[in-house]
Amino acid sequence: MKRIGLIINPVAGIGGKVGLKGSDGAETLEKALKLGAVPESGDKAFVTIKKMCELKDEMDIYTYPGEMGADICSRADMECHVLGKIDYGRTTTSDTVKAAKKLVRFGVDIILFAGGDGTARDIMDAVGTGIPVLGIPTGCKIHSGVYALNPRAAGELMCDFVEGKIRGTKEAEVMDIDEELFRQGIVQARLYGYLKIPNEGKKVQNLKSGGGYSEAGAIDLIGNYVADTLEDDTLYIVGTGSTTAAIMKKLGLKNTLLGVDLVYNHEVIGSDCTERQLLEVLSRYDKVKILVTVIGGQGYIFGRGNQQISAAVIKKVGRENIIVVATADKMASIFGNPLYVDTGDQEVNEYLKGYIRVIVGYEKTVMARVSD
Amino acid sequence: MAKMKVRKNFQQARWNEPMIYELSTKGLRGIIPPLVEKDIQKETGDVAAKLPDSLKRKSSLDLPEVAQKQVLQHFLHLSQETSGANLNNDLVEGTCTMKYNPRVCERLALNPGFADVHPDQDIETIQGMLKIYYEFEKVVKEVSGMDKFSLQPGGGNHAVYTAASIIRAYFEERGELEQRNEIITTIFSHPCDAACPATAGFKVITIYPDENGMPDIEAIKAAANEHTAAIFMTNPEDIGIYNVHADEVVKVIHGVGGLCFYDQANANAFLGVARAKEAGFDMCHFNIHKTFGTPHGGEGPACGAIGVQEYMAKYLPVPTVEFDGNKYYLDYDKPDSIGRVREYIGQSSVVLKAYAWSMMMGPDYLKECAEISVINNNYMLNIMEKIPGVTHAFKGNGIVRQEQIRYSFQPLMDKCGVGSEDMNRHMGDYGIPWFWASHYPWVIPEPMTIEPCESYTKEEIEECCKVVEICAGEAMENPDFVKNAPYNTAMHKRIDDGDLDDPAKWALSWKAYKRKHNE
Repeated sequence: MKRIGLIINPVAGIGGKVGLKGSDGAETLEKALKLGAVPESGDKAFVTIKKMCELKDEMDIYTYPGEMGADICSRADMECHVLGKIDYGRTTTSDTVKAAKKLVRFGVDIILFAGGDGTARDIMDAVGTGIPVLGIPTGCKIHSGVYALNPRAAGELMCDFVEGKIRGTKEAEVMDIDEELFRQGIVQARLYGYLKIPNEGKKVQNLKSGGGYSEAGAIDLIGNYVADTLEDDTLYIVGTGSTTAAIMKKLGLKNTLLGVDLVYNHEVIGSDCTERQLLEVLSRYDKVKILVTVIGGQGYIFGRGNQQISAAVIKKVGRENIIVVATADKMASIFGNPLYVDTGDQEVNEYLKGYIRVIVGYEKTVMARVSD
Repeated sequence: MAKMKVRKNFQQARWNEPMIYELSTKGLRGIIPPLVEKDIQKETGDVAAKLPDSLKRKSSLDLPEVAQKQVLQHFLHLSQETSGANLNNDLVEGTCTMKYNPRVCERLALNPGFADVHPDQDIETIQGMLKIYYEFEKVVKEVSGMDKFSLQPGGGNHAVYTAASIIRAYFEERGELEQRNEIITTIFSHPCDAACPATAGFKVITIYPDENGMPDIEAIKAAANEHTAAIFMTNPEDIGIYNVHADEVVKVIHGVGGLCFYDQANANAFLGVARAKEAGFDMCHFNIHKTFGTPHGGEGPACGAIGVQEYMAKYLPVPTVEFDGNKYYLDYDKPDSIGRVREYIGQSSVVLKAYAWSMMMGPDYLKECAEISVINNNYMLNIMEKIPGVTHAFKGNGIVRQEQIRYSFQPLMDKCGVGSEDMNRHMGDYGIPWFWASHYPWVIPEPMTIEPCESYTKEEIEECCKVVEICAGEAMENPDFVKNAPYNTAMHKRIDDGDLDDPAKWALSWKAYKRKHNE
């Protein structure tokens, strides 16, 4: 019998239709409501819960009162255990965090949440990668990789989870988008961290990239290739992301998941460096390379989680010394789109445009287009 | 006028047939061969005793002991559970060019003068077979414009690997092999265009298409440099778009000193219309068992004809078939050859059938193959485009498709959660064989690749489209019904794909099964 924690952010997505692009903060929420926005998050979550009803006898739902979960369960005719207390109609970030922590203490096997990137960040703050999490995408900002494709797919995935068909989990990026800038049309995002999500398994993964490799297997191959071709007497600026983290692990080197590290002759000589530190260090070396991976749903190599590798750093190192790594699966997921760069410097963006090789396996690369 | 018919009451046999070992009864004999007559035995003595020890069995035979009727019944049952080729509407097996295999060619291949030949016979006694090889080589030379062919490789992948080996030899001779260690291919080329060179030791660079679906020539320019040994590209690609810039690509690769290999598996699109030679390619191959009408089914027999321009001929596999004006012979005097790639001279029955087919068709009908294939495919697209839930790769790019198309059920998936695999199983309930989805990676989501070549009638094309329409309609009304298909076929829906990952849940042979389960 699987125990499922359910948290619904009732106002997620409310900013969308009225053009507010998000609902972070009480002020924005009030504005949205004044503009006539109607909370739809619950309706989308309803689709998911309804699908899960097919296996209701094989799961135990633990949730919060009212609009944070109990109402939707009742509407869907799904039994649930209600924990905690809320201030009806006035729930906030802290309610999400409290609820998530409580559910973890209660011993749920997975937390299913309805919301957007803001809610995802709250969940991450509460549980980290402690237990698996799955998002029903109901928010405006859906840049994180933690959601099912749509509410129905979330329901199907939860049914698979309950039936034990999901083998293992994988890490998915949680992105932090500055909402105010987002409203002005500027997307300034950073990699906030990772959540663990159910790995849909060989079937779906195989369908995309083939080759029979799991995510871990693919990264292993890439790691082996990078390790085998690492040059001596060369400074490597290693960017953020789980693929580069896996490579560092393969090399037996300490790595900061969300920070930029420096490697020289198989030793870490700098961890979680700032842009200034990078510029200072690289001036002391003749041979410098940058190692980055593809970040986020849209496929950024610069500008979404590794801003420390700034325009200035890139200019000094040179385009020909940039090594990009990504799994074939990742490349398949952005098929039809280029890799993006957003260094904040239009000149450097132009300089980076064109084509770049992306290492996807052992001695296997794809030619990717770079755009801004 | 033939009538289009959807088989609404289709029902395939589902025998739940046991393994033949499960039909075995110890001591039962199907056939009891007579013992050798006493007089003969006196002359020969105990022949078995004279066998060398290395040939004698140490353990007893473990063959199934089944009577004749039960053997016949068993295999007939199994055969009824396949869809077979040439027995069904197998235009759904895209990329495979499932054309009609004339029965008369099968008869010809059984001719004792051909079928009973021994590989080591004196070539004086196999002039007929060698002539057929020589004459068929003329056919593929004419179709491609290449100067010399080897018919030795046993299939498409084999021919591509042979090409990679030839390229290796070419650069080795020039002392450039260490430097030229990369090959370029495209994501929609056949996967063997990446895998075969990789196996031959090259690094692989894959090119994505531009917004129109053709390989991005700017990307190719960016990828090509002094490390490029060759490009391996299929044209047209499996999505059905012909790369009109193929000759430009050749210039780019030649410009950096690399070679160009043309994977011509999809030759049905351009027979008699376009040639590898005029595009500037150094080498090409054909899948004889696809384009030239011999049976195409898993495990062969097949033939991958590999053709080269004059300056590459010395590297071809040995022996080649030659004619000195008087007689045909096998040329083993090829010091620069990459060596033998197959026993003897390859799959002779396939070459014979392909030659017979080509002679029956003649040059005019060969070209008509291409024309009808393209017309059929576009007629089908015209109908499929109107079916809700169905789209196709690079829809709306304004480029006429060739002999096949990659469709996508993504709109259907978005609407009701029913996708390619579900549709595949349910279309079987109407007697449509398993369709070819796509090679990996599935960058075109929920795919279905269809190739209605010249052997299919208008009615058969319409039948297939109607079945897609019916199944898509059923999916939108009742998704779970389609997701739990099939209902009327021999195959079952796999319950858990995860089973494929669990060695305890599968076995590749009866022996392995018994060992795993200690029986």
